Amino acid sequence: MGTLIKNGHIIDPANKIDDIQDIFIEKSRIARVAKNLKVETDDIIDATGKLVMPGIVDMHVHLREPGREDKETVLTGTSAALKGGVTSCLAMPNTQPAVDCVENVRLLVSIIKKTAKANVFIAAAITKGRQGQELTDIARLKQEGILAITDDGSSVDCDELLLEALKIAKENQLLVICHSEDRMLSRGGVVNQGIVATRMGLRGISKESEYKRIQRDIQLAKMASARVHIAHISCSESVEIIAEAKKDGVAVTAETSPHYFALTEEQALGYDTNMKVNPPLRSKGDVEAIKQGLNSGIIDVIASDHAPHTENEKDIEFEHAAFGTICLETELAVSITELVKTGVLGWPDLVRKLTINPASILGLKKGDLSIGSDADIIIVNPNQEWAVSKDSFLSKSKNCAFLGRKLNGLVEYTICNGTIAYKK
Amino acid sequence: MVWTRKDLLGLEELTKEEIELIIATAESFKDVSRRAIKKVPALRGKTAVNLFYEPSTRTRVSFEIAAKRLSADVINIMTETSSVKKGETLIDTGANIQALKTDIIIVRHNCSGAAVMLARHVDISVVNAGDGWHEHPTQALLDILTLKERFGSLSGLNVAIVGDIAHSRVARSNIWGLTKLGARVTVCAPELLIPVAIEQMGVHVTHDIDDALKDADAVNVLRMQFERDEKGAFPSHIEYFKNFGITTDRIKKAKKNIIVMHPGPLNRGVEISSEVADGDNSVILQQVTNGIAVRMAVLFLVSQAQDKRNGYTD
Repeated sequence: MGTLIKNGHIIDPANKIDDIQDIFIEKSRIARVAKNLKVETDDIIDATGKLVMPGIVDMHVHLREPGREDKETVLTGTSAALKGGVTSCLAMPNTQPAVDCVENVRLLVSIIKKTAKANVFIAAAITKGRQGQELTDIARLKQEGILAITDDGSSVDCDELLLEALKIAKENQLLVICHSEDRMLSRGGVVNQGIVATRMGLRGISKESEYKRIQRDIQLAKMASARVHIAHISCSESVEIIAEAKKDGVAVTAETSPHYFALTEEQALGYDTNMKVNPPLRSKGDVEAIKQGLNSGIIDVIASDHAPHTENEKDIEFEHAAFGTICLETELAVSITELVKTGVLGWPDLVRKLTINPASILGLKKGDLSIGSDADIIIVNPNQEWAVSKDSFLSKSKNCAFLGRKLNGLVEYTICNGTIAYKK
Repeated sequence: MVWTRKDLLGLEELTKEEIELIIATAESFKDVSRRAIKKVPALRGKTAVNLFYEPSTRTRVSFEIAAKRLSADVINIMTETSSVKKGETLIDTGANIQALKTDIIIVRHNCSGAAVMLARHVDISVVNAGDGWHEHPTQALLDILTLKERFGSLSGLNVAIVGDIAHSRVARSNIWGLTKLGARVTVCAPELLIPVAIEQMGVHVTHDIDDALKDADAVNVLRMQFERDEKGAFPSHIEYFKNFGITTDRIKKAKKNIIVMHPGPLNRGVEISSEVADGDNSVILQQVTNGIAVRMAVLFLVSQAQDKRNGYTD
């Protein structure tokens, strides 16, 4: 049998396809891609007027399991992912306990095997307990199948330790992902430093706390001749520094998240704790710089930094509320609305940053529609408008910075490993 | 001009006309406190709750007197005596106070935005009695009333605010209120106590006290809150007094009729000398008196707006 997706507008940047073609899926893989395919099957999806693209590879997701199943689980997180068109997630290791040893990786692997609805890959911690004191057994963790190491949520403050981690990661062909934040500079801050923090009477987080740490992380990567990926960049200086490093030949890649190109610091003015994210929402100028960085290719990846939190942790005083917004179910639509509809990115460029770029950075055979590839495919109605509301979420948490917004672009089908895993 | 807000959360969100309405209402209430029987029935049958998460005597007492002169019943909840210590959230506490069928919560909280958050979660009125470093609207309103009594109009007036601007809700509320009413505001403090980008709020910034006082018609002297000191941002008491203290010498060099204001409580010999605090230019105790009228006005206006919403008419 097999499934035929007919008449869709295929966007597959890896194969330079941007055209109306058909896709035939057989035995969980992509069997054929061509115009007017003639195949014997009753299982036909009419994708006329729709976009057909590789499933999103989201390399920055907090699934919270094990330990904080009240916020999210592998089951609920991957269900949300599928609704948002995400077929592969890289799970961040800041769980409880942290994914910092073989046993904890195996525990997570077993949970994924039992409950995951989409592909979940694992990033392990750089240091034990993410404490920045002692390296994890990186080589052993690699054997367990992890794709990257990161102390996400924290930066490894000690230069020597990070340098060593970069060297070991290089030997083991692992990616190091840096949450670049100098806590000595950002300490106690809750919104962007500047007029908004001043008006709100809140402590500011300076841009220096981000970009000075990025400078250091890049310098160490250069010393180790290792690859480094900078997570969630939010300000103009970070874009400039990464541009310079790339010009300089450093193997650095960078990601940003939808809220950093769609929202400015002014959104926090009503003390809406869903607007409290780390790094903070920045100024209009920074948002423009992030868009420019996406447009010029300096920023390789759009990732959600999906950060679910319970209402108990968000419905409190702004300065005490948890940092983070959920984003799996809105990242594609926010990107379409804020980048494609505004002309910042063309469709192939957007799809590249959501699929093949993160897949290549992680060394994953995902993110394209090549013959023989895993059939991770989404069908999107690019013009469908919808409103983000609390009751629309499949995520266990509702803390979304885009609540109440109208967005363009709705996922109609998510096909994961050849089967329809989500249908509108 | 009709007042329609159920809450008073800050001066940033108010229009010039709304501020003027509060001041005009306060002026009419001043007379009540001069009578033999200091009470009017405007808020009879209403209950106001002072919900204070920070120690405060003068603001709480001022609100209590204001509410009582309007015939409201007043309940005081301090953190020490409430279930806050048991870990109840602000929203839950607010919901409980509302369930007791009260009418106004007067909230003082150490977190910026606490009053805004509370107001979003309850239907009864919320009056901000100071939230973190954010706003202290009734303090600024009583400062405005005091200035208006002395100068008639605030338009074109030069007002200097001296002290820890970074951590001051009094400074922020004053800046919003004064600039909306057409005054020119200068803030003066050591560099570390000036918040980033404050000039975008429409004020002039200086670190030189003589420069700040040069053309000032009024100087508002903020209390140095040494108990808040973090990151070593504060100078020593002696150093501060030497460089920024409001002294007789400095007042002599200023305009002859300059008035000296202070939100209290005073640190004599730190931000202000005793001679100035007790001298002819000082209006500090008039501010305290005006605080009652301003708070009566605020409680009256939010209560009236609430009654209209609820369909209760006279």
